[in-house]
Order: sequence, then C-alpha cells, then structure tokens
Amino acid sequence: MGQYISGVIMFKETLYQTTKAGRPFVEVLAEQGILAGIKVDEGLEPLAGAADGETHTKGLESLEANCREYVRAGAKFAKWRATLKVTDTLPSRLAVERNADELAQYARICQNCGLVPVVEPEILIDGNHSQERFGQVTEQVIGATVAALWRHGVELEGCLLKPQMVIPGAEAEGGKASAADVARCTVAALRRVVPPAIPGVMFLSGGQTEEEATINLDAVNREAQAVGRCPWSLSFSFGRALQASVLKLWSSDQTRVAEAQQLALALARVNSEAALGRYTASSGSHPSTLGSATLHETFRGWNGQSAGNGTAQ
Amino acid sequence: MQAKMQAPRSTVSGRAATRSRVATTKVVCRALNSMESAHVEELKKTAAYISQKGKGILASDESNATTGKRLESVGVENTEDNRRAWRELLYTAPGLGQYISGAIMFEETLYQKARDGRQFVDILQAQGIYPGIKVDTGLQILPGGKGETTTQGLDGLADRVKAYRKQGARFAKWRAVVKIGEAGCPSTTAVLENAHGLARYAQICQEHGLVPIVEPEVTLGPGDYSIEETAFWSERVYSHVMRLLNEYGVVLEGILLKPNMCLPGLDAPVASPKLVAEVTTRTMMRSIPPAVPGIHFLSGGMSEEESTLNLQALNEACPEAPWALTFSYGRALQSSTLKTWAGKQSNWDAAQDILLKLAKANSQASTGSFKGPHPVPGGGRILQALRTGGAGK
Repeated sequence: MGQYISGVIMFKETLYQTTKAGRPFVEVLAEQGILAGIKVDEGLEPLAGAADGETHTKGLESLEANCREYVRAGAKFAKWRATLKVTDTLPSRLAVERNADELAQYARICQNCGLVPVVEPEILIDGNHSQERFGQVTEQVIGATVAALWRHGVELEGCLLKPQMVIPGAEAEGGKASAADVARCTVAALRRVVPPAIPGVMFLSGGQTEEEATINLDAVNREAQAVGRCPWSLSFSFGRALQASVLKLWSSDQTRVAEAQQLALALARVNSEAALGRYTASSGSHPSTLGSATLHETFRGWNGQSAGNGTAQ
Repeated sequence: MQAKMQAPRSTVSGRAATRSRVATTKVVCRALNSMESAHVEELKKTAAYISQKGKGILASDESNATTGKRLESVGVENTEDNRRAWRELLYTAPGLGQYISGAIMFEETLYQKARDGRQFVDILQAQGIYPGIKVDTGLQILPGGKGETTTQGLDGLADRVKAYRKQGARFAKWRAVVKIGEAGCPSTTAVLENAHGLARYAQICQEHGLVPIVEPEVTLGPGDYSIEETAFWSERVYSHVMRLLNEYGVVLEGILLKPNMCLPGLDAPVASPKLVAEVTTRTMMRSIPPAVPGIHFLSGGMSEEESTLNLQALNEACPEAPWALTFSYGRALQSSTLKTWAGKQSNWDAAQDILLKLAKANSQASTGSFKGPHPVPGGGRILQALRTGGAGK
C-alpha cells in the first residue's frame, strides 16, 4: 500500500488501536512508509449571524493539548475540516472569513506542535449551483484561506491544501460535468489562488463515484501538464473513493480479507496513476464495484444535530 | 522565522471589511471572470506577450519633473523637446524589440512623435514593443508623521484609460510605495490604503482594456534593517494586494506584477545576488499564485550591474518558476545611456549602443543565461528621493 499511499488520516480512537497481534497501527503504517495523520477538529456547529446551514468548526480550545498528545502517539500530520455552503448568495462573508481564520489558527497550532496541517475548506456540492459558480466560490474561499494562513504566520511550505474539485452542484441542471471541464475549471481556479509554496493539493472526493474521482484526478493532472506552471502536486486525499467498494466486499463476508485488501490496493494504485496523469483504462476496468452509485451521502454539512463521535468525516 | 518579527500583525479588517459589510451579501461581481468583459481574452494575450521568456519592460515613464532632474544632471535643459528627444533616442534604438516587450510612458510621451513625424506608439509597435502608460498621478503623504504615502489617480481613471487605449497604449502602470525600516512602518493604514488603490486601479484598467502592471514597491530606504525584514513586510503587502485583487474580480492572467527584490536597508551590508535570489524567490513563492504570467522586478536604487546580477541569480535559483522572472527597469537601463548621450547628437549612436547592451544583458539574465561581463560594471546605487505632492506633472 505504501507504493501508492503516503499518509493515512485517522480518527482519535484509531490512532491508538493495534492489530490483533498487538502491533500499533502507527507502527504498521510507518513500516510501509506511510505517515500517520489525525483528524483534530471536533465537528461542525451553526455559525451565529450567518445564514441557515452555514457552519464553523469546533476544536480550537483543546487543540494544542491534543496535538502534543498525538505527536507522542506518532502522528505526523493533522486534518481539520471546514464546510461552506453554496447558493447564489452564499457563502456569506462571515462564513468565509470565520472558517478561513479558524483553519489558519488550527494550522498555526499544528505547526507549533510539529504536525503538518492539512487545510480543508470543503465547499459542499449540495445544491443546484453551476460549475462556474462553484469555481467563483472556490477562488473566494481559498483566497481568503491563504490570506488567513499568512496572517497567522503559517509556513506554507509545511502545509497541504485539501479542496474540492470544481464540479457542478449535486442538483445542478445539466447533471455532471465532463472530466475535461472539471479539469479545466479546477486547474484555472487553483492557479489563481494557491501560491507555489504550498507543496501539495490533495483533492477530496466528496460526492463523486470511485471511478469519477480517479478519472477526474487524472484529467486534472493532464490539464496541469498541458497548461504548465502548476507547481504543486495535484493528488488525492480520498476516503469514500478508496474504501466504499472494499467495505461492501468485506462487510458481506469478513473472511474475504485478502480479496478485500487486493481491491483496496487496486483502488489506491489507479489513483496513484491518476495523480501522475497516467491513468489509462477503458470504462469498465476501474476496480470499483459500485458502478455509478454515487458516494454522495446525505448533506455533509450541518444537519441540525451535534457532531457527536465520528459523524463528521 | 516570522515569529521573530516584533511587528504587530493585524487582520485584514478595517476598511476592507467595513466596505463589504455595507455591500449586500450578494456575491462580489465576477463579471470579468465570467468573461463578460470584452477585453479579457485580449488582456491575457497582452500580458502573455509582455512576459514572454527573454524579454522585459523599459520603464521610461518618469514625470516631467523627474525627467527634468535627470536631464539637468547631464547638463540638458528640461524642455518638452529635450524630453521628446531623449525618449526618441530610447525608442528608436535599432533592434531594441529583441529584448524589450513593453515600454512604459508618461502621458506627455504617449502623444509625442519622433523628429520624422512618426508617433512614438507606432515606432514602438513596429519594434514589437507594446506601449504602456503610467496612470497614477503621484504620491501623497499619509497622516501619521512617518513619511508614508498613498498613491493618487483613481478619479477619472476610467476615462483616461479609454483615451490612452485609443491612442495606442496596451498596458498601464500604477506605483504604490510602502516604506519600511522605521518604527511603526508600515502602518496598517499604509498597507491597506496602498493595496486598495492598486486593486481598484487594476479593476478599472481591465474593465476598459489595459493590462495593469501592479506595482507594490516596498522601497529600498535608509536604515540597517535585514533582508529578512524586507521579506516579511513584502509578504504582508503582497498578501493584502493579492487578497484584494481576488475580491475585486481582477483577472490574474491579465495582470503583471512589478515588485521589489528583497534587499537589506541602505545602511546594512549589501546582500549577495545569491542571497537576494533565495529570499526573493521564497517571498514570491509564498505570495504570488501561478496565474500571474510575469513578475517584472523594479530596479529601485540598484546599480545597473547589481540589477542584472540579481536577476540572473533569481533565474538560476528558480528555473522552474511558474511566472516569468524578468524586469521592468528604469534607472538600470537608462542611467549610463543618459550619461553617454548628455544631450549631444554626436553621442546618439553610442548612447543607443549602451542601451542595447544593457537591455541584452538583462534579457539574458531573465533566462538565467547572463555570463558577463556587464556592459557597465562597478556602478554605484542610483538613488532618488520620493517625490510627493501628487498630480504628477
């Protein structure tokens, strides 16, 4: 797995877990050359003064103490997820600035503790907004986030960005966009707002099928190579797009471990190829077993309930 | 790194936030980005042309008063015809277009002609050099007693841009100056005010068809402040500028940036080209998104040789830079040229020859291929005081 995966983000419980034989996960991963990461935010909360459905992310108060603990447990990087809702008039300025500022504070604290922060301003795909509108919001949000990172003295060379690719809303007229359009819009938007000092842009897969995520990532890399002057790595930080088929297989019969692992490896491999713009597969040969079943879970933003344990990604 | 700096940090609050609270929650107009402006494609092409590899900009937009000082320093009277003759010398240098892709002019010059009656804008175009126009109307002192400035020229700018474009200008320039090296400098006011002026100017230019050169100059001044301190303040200034350009819907593929190189203060030891390159490229990498096609460094007070050697080092340090790392030089292309001419017709060819040699050296430096020797080695710093009082004349 370490040929294709350089980092694994874990939930707190997982960071401290071990294999049946008693070996810590952190160690097992390190052996493969995979760095252990840790989700450090504590979920979403409605943002007072903002519009319905707009949120900010909790977790700053205990962040430093937690980070120091996680470093002791072997974590090397962290992740914090902010979400922003898109309509014709949203996200509001308040939501943009508040989330950007929180991401920057989180990033600064992480760096102070020796963790590389993955900065995730997820712009939600729920809604009927166009791809163009999504691109505008992407530029606005990432621009604000980058400015906030500077204000808080975050060293850009030591952080990673985890954005959404620029795609139309889940309920947009005209349905899904072609990979070429996704690539063109995504590369254009990122070139406008991401300074070269940030070494990696690790896309989230939210809402895309496993196959779409790979094809789109590949198209983004090909477009970047064609356009040139894209100095950051364009790679993936995929959850569902690397796990859904695997989970389906394994949960149907938990003895089929080897098979499930092979499937996981295959999914990782095609995305690794896509991250180099070298994914070649005619349709039907992608390892995903879920076909066009979208991995779009119900609204991943604020749904009126407290985050509790693990309902946020 | 940045934690060492004692300077207070402030948020991008104050004016920018207040202005937008008054605005509706509707999205900032992105008409330019959504291709409604008729000029967007042309702006991108123009910016790409000017920032093409191996070429740079000749900054010849000194106001009449500043030009006068230069002319007088070589014994030439400051008359309109002498100013005209001096620029004719520059623009008719044979083959200048091999090294220069754009020439910035002052308003008077944009409408002037050579002795044979040809318009300067036509002479330049024939050389493959795009005419540009300085559109700011000068610096004004900000209250606070620190000698900080703001730049004027937004009133009536749209109409002027239209007129200049009609006359043949393809790009514009606006110089904002941020002072550092003195306690309390730069103030938040100075940073926000200058960033706003630049962003608003850029927006107006793009709306009416001129590529804006965005020039946030963190000026080389007295004091023994370190190169790291210059880098810190430069990052701060650029961060605000980029933020506002983003907010105001300025199409980055259609602008050019004209920043300072990072240098220590005048009273500190001169930094080696290697160090200047290392710190300057780091600053640019942290602040400037790749969509900006060209970074055209100003020469500030650097000597002609220093300007070339530093540019060469920059390109050596960053051969894969996502933007062109090139020049927009005034004094570094003109100083020796002017001294050679000294107003005498008999020196005309020799002066043009020096200009071409200087332009070639910097053209080579912009591709990392300058090997020396420099045409004018060993020159000292070429400093000039800030002119304030507005209404550039």
